Amino acid sequence: MKQKRRSESASNLPKSPTGITGLDEITGGGLPAGRPTLVCGSAGCGKTMLAVEFLVRGATEFGEPGVFMMFEENAAELSANVRSLGFDLDLLVRQKKIALDHVHLERSEIEEAGDYDLEGLFIRLGHAIDSIGAKRVVLDTVEALFAGLSNHAILRAELRRLFRWLKDRGMTAVITGEKGEASITRYGLEEYVADCVITLDHRVDEQISTRRLRVLKYRGSAHGTNEYPFIIGESGFSVLPITSLRLDHSAPTERLSTGIARLDEMLGGQGVFRGSSVLVSGSSGTGKSSLGATFAEAACRRGERSLLFAYEESSAQIVRNMRSIGIDLAPWLKKGLLQIHASRPSLQGLEQHLVTMHDTVKAFRPAVIVVDPISNLTLERTEAEEKPTLMRLVDFLKQQQITTLFTSLTTGGSVTNAAEDSQIGISSLMDAWLLLSNVEFNGERNRMIFVLKSRGMAHSNQVREFVLSGAGIDLVDVYLGADRVLTGTARVAQAALEHSAAELRRDNHERKLRQLASKRKAIEAQIAALKSEGEAEEAEVKFTIAQETLQETVTRQNSSAMAQLRGGAKAVNKSTKGKR
Amino acid sequence: MSTMTKAYELRLYVAGQTAKSVTAIANLKRICETHLAGQYRIEVIDLIKTPQLAAGDQILAVPALVRRLPEPIIKIIGDLSNEERVLVGLDVQPVKE
Repeated sequence: MKQKRRSESASNLPKSPTGITGLDEITGGGLPAGRPTLVCGSAGCGKTMLAVEFLVRGATEFGEPGVFMMFEENAAELSANVRSLGFDLDLLVRQKKIALDHVHLERSEIEEAGDYDLEGLFIRLGHAIDSIGAKRVVLDTVEALFAGLSNHAILRAELRRLFRWLKDRGMTAVITGEKGEASITRYGLEEYVADCVITLDHRVDEQISTRRLRVLKYRGSAHGTNEYPFIIGESGFSVLPITSLRLDHSAPTERLSTGIARLDEMLGGQGVFRGSSVLVSGSSGTGKSSLGATFAEAACRRGERSLLFAYEESSAQIVRNMRSIGIDLAPWLKKGLLQIHASRPSLQGLEQHLVTMHDTVKAFRPAVIVVDPISNLTLERTEAEEKPTLMRLVDFLKQQQITTLFTSLTTGGSVTNAAEDSQIGISSLMDAWLLLSNVEFNGERNRMIFVLKSRGMAHSNQVREFVLSGAGIDLVDVYLGADRVLTGTARVAQAALEHSAAELRRDNHERKLRQLASKRKAIEAQIAALKSEGEAEEAEVKFTIAQETLQETVTRQNSSAMAQLRGGAKAVNKSTKGKR
Repeated sequence: MSTMTKAYELRLYVAGQTAKSVTAIANLKRICETHLAGQYRIEVIDLIKTPQLAAGDQILAVPALVRRLPEPIIKIIGDLSNEERVLVGLDVQPVKE
C-alpha cells in the first residue's frame, strides 16, 4: 500500500509551471517543484532571461513570489535589462512579489584570514525568502563565487549544503551556470544539482544565429529530449514548439473573397475558405506581392484586420508601390486595420521569425495574414529543417482560423514543371495554390495565372491573363490561337483582328443586300420593258392583220368588179371554186 | 603623528554563537589590544538576530570583519586565526615587542 502510493507520487512528480511558452510543454508541466534546476550555457545564451521570466511569471501568474539573487549584475542593471521584455521588476519588488539581492564579491577587496563558511549567504537568502514568502529562488550565476573566494574546498562544501538547504525549504530553484569545456558547467555544478538540467545554446550557421534549448536531464519525469529552437522576443522567452503537432483544427465553410472578382470566380465562385492557407508562387515580377496586397486590402474593406509580413520591401515602399496599381493601403494603416511588419530575412533565423510572427499575431489578432515571400525565410534551409517549422506556423494559424496567403519566389522562368517542383516542401501544407507565370511571346512578357490546386472546392482549369493596371488587378480571358494562348498585345491584336473581321462581314452583308435590291429593281424594269415590248408587238400584229384584211377585201372587191367588168362571172366563180 | 591618532572603526559579522564566531571575536580583541590599543572601536553583529544587515556590507562568508574607518572599506573573512593576514588586511603596522 505504502509502496503503491510512492510509485504514484513518483509518476506524478509535482511540477512548477514556468509560464514560458513552449517550455512547459517540453517538460510536461514545468520544472520540478521544490527542487533546484540547473540552467547552463555559454555567455549570452539567455540563462538570465529564462531565470527572470521563470520568476516573474511565477509571481504574476502562479502566485508564487520569488527571490532573485544575482552575483553578476546589480539590481538596477537587471531591471533595466528585462524592461525590454516588458517585465517591471521594480513594481514587483514594491508589491513584494519579488525580492532582488545583489551579491557583490570582489576578490581584491577581501582578505582571507582563517576558517569561514557561507552562512552569511544562507542568512541573506533566508531573510529574502521570509520577507516575501517566496516559493521560487534564482541564483544567477552562483559560479561567480568561485572567482571571488580562493578556498574552493569550503565553497564546494557550502554549495552542496546550499542546494540541500533549498530543497529542504521546498524552494523551486533555478541555478544558472556557465558552460564548461569538458563538463556541463565550468565548476561542475551538475554534481550538486542533479534533478533537472537544461542547456541553452547559441549557434551561428551561415551567419544566422539560432538559439536552442535542450532538457538534458529530468529526474523522475518524461521530457522531450530534442533540441528546440527558442527566441527571446518582445514578450519574453519562447520555445518552439509553440503549437502542438496535432491535426485537429476545425474546418470553417465560410468563404473569403480574394479581392479580385475574377479570381474568386476561378475558385468556385466564392474565393477561398476562411482559415485556409494559400500559396502564390511565381518567378520575380509575376505580381505575387500585388496579389498579396490586394488580398490584405480586401480584408480591410470587409472591416477585418490584416497583417502583412514583408521580407523584401519596407512598409513605406509597399504603400507607394501598391498605390501605383490603385491599391491605397495608407488609410487602412491609419485606421489600424492593417499592420505591415517589414524586416530582412537575414535579421534572424527562421525560428526567430516564426516566433516574432507568433507574437505579433497573438497581439494583433488578424483575420488575414500575408507573408511576402515565405521563400526568403527558408533560403538557407534544407527542406528537412524548414518543413516542421513551417508546419508549426501553418497549424498555429489554422487553429486561430486565420486565412493566410504565402507568396513564394520560384526560380523557374515560365510555365514549366520546374516552377512547380521547387515548391514541394511547403505545397503539401497548403490548401490552395495559385501559380503565376510569365509568358514571353512576340517580344513581350505577360503575366498569367492559374489555379494549381484548391482543396474542397470546384475550381477553374483555365489559364487567365493577369493584368496589373492603375485600377488594380484584373484577370482577362486569354485567346487560344494556333497551339498557344495569346496574351498582351497579341491578345489585343487578335481582338482587334476579330473585331475588324466582324465589321467587314457586316459591311459585306449590307452590300449584298443592296445589290439584291438593285438587281430586283433592274429585273422589274426589264419586266416592264418586255411587257411594253409585247404590247407594242401585239399592236403591230393587229395592225398588220387589219391591213392585210383590208387589202384582201379591197382585192376581192377589185377582182369582182373586174369580173363584172369582164363578164365572166362564171369563170371567176369556177376558178374560185377550183381553188378551194 | 597623524597615523598614530588614526581611529579604527571595525565591525565583525558573525552568525550565531558558533565555535568560529567565538574564535573570531577572541582573535579580533587580542589583535586590536596588541596593535591598535586605544585607537579602535569594535561592533559585533549577529546576523541570526539581524539578518537584514547582511546585504548592506555585502556579507556572504562569516565571520567577516569590515574595516569601516579609515576609508576605504576593507573586508577580512575567516576566524582571524591568521594574525599576519589580518594585519595586512587592516593595513596596520605590527607593533614589535
